Amino acid sequence: MGDYAHPEILVSTNWVAEHAGADSVRVVEVDVDTGSYDEGHIAGAVGWDWNSQLCDTVRRDIVPCAAFEKLMSDSGIANDTTVVLYGDNNNWFAAWALWQLKIYGHADVRLMNGGRVKWLAEGRELTTKAPAVAAANYKAAEPDFSIRAFLPQVTESVSNNAVELVDVRSPAEFSGEILAPPGLPETCRRGGHIPGAANIPWGKACNPDGAFKSYDELKALYEGAGITGTKPIIAYCRIGERSSHSWVVLKYLLGYENVTNYDGSWTEWGNLVGAAVARGA
Amino acid sequence: MKPEDYSERKLELAGWPVHIVSYRLGKTYHAKADNVSPGAMVARAKAASKEEAEAKALGKAEERLAATRRMS
Repeated sequence: MGDYAHPEILVSTNWVAEHAGADSVRVVEVDVDTGSYDEGHIAGAVGWDWNSQLCDTVRRDIVPCAAFEKLMSDSGIANDTTVVLYGDNNNWFAAWALWQLKIYGHADVRLMNGGRVKWLAEGRELTTKAPAVAAANYKAAEPDFSIRAFLPQVTESVSNNAVELVDVRSPAEFSGEILAPPGLPETCRRGGHIPGAANIPWGKACNPDGAFKSYDELKALYEGAGITGTKPIIAYCRIGERSSHSWVVLKYLLGYENVTNYDGSWTEWGNLVGAAVARGA
Repeated sequence: MKPEDYSERKLELAGWPVHIVSYRLGKTYHAKADNVSPGAMVARAKAASKEEAEAKALGKAEERLAATRRMS
């Protein structure tokens, strides 16, 4: 994994093929398309549904601590298990899961570089059998919200020009031309972006095979848009999953110290009464 | 089982770029269409043949993409 600041955050498809069955490893598939796991997954992998298991299903929030502990325990994950996450859309929701595992202090969590698409394109083995899982007894740490940005922090940081803000949505969403990705339901009342944000679409961090670009390419990409880490960095998108992907890039591949994911993202900001909105490129 | 007959291509539907991936798992062909930018999946389908799976996925995708409003 080359020159990344924290290359241990990634494992290759080869590594997963060799280690997925190890007792100390649990592979987890997390997809945008929640039907993908059932059509075929890596042997030994459990599947998590982002829409019901990685969020609070009553209020808008990340998964509550007790539900998180149950999810981990039911998945056979102990506190010392190496968790390897992968999923479709180049790991959008796998990265969302990784970010939440980091919030709850899981020690060893990694992404399979390239995600499900790379595994498929390489013609690797899949199964429809759910693994036999022995439940564990997982205890989460106190949540670490130093990697999460909330609305008041974003508002204050933007007002004081004290942040490097990265909008990782598509240029058409950023400019306000559309209110949601083409073909998806509109989830906000206004289009545009948070004033001062740089637009660096998440996909620019990936090669065509889904794997991350090199350290040098990523550094040039972000620095070229003015994101240098001289100020705290906040990443956002529409609902916080694409920005989790970019958060992994900024925090672990480029190694910037102070990077947060604003999971309220545009569905929060774009619905606020009276919030400042910028339009255009 | 291994994914076989994997293919991907790009085309345009309802004025939007679309990327479609299809492959066979066992006896079933799966097709998924995404909207390229940002890459979100718009429609999926499965069928007994590649052509049928792709046609079903693209049909659903076109319907959903056509409903996308351009604000400017």
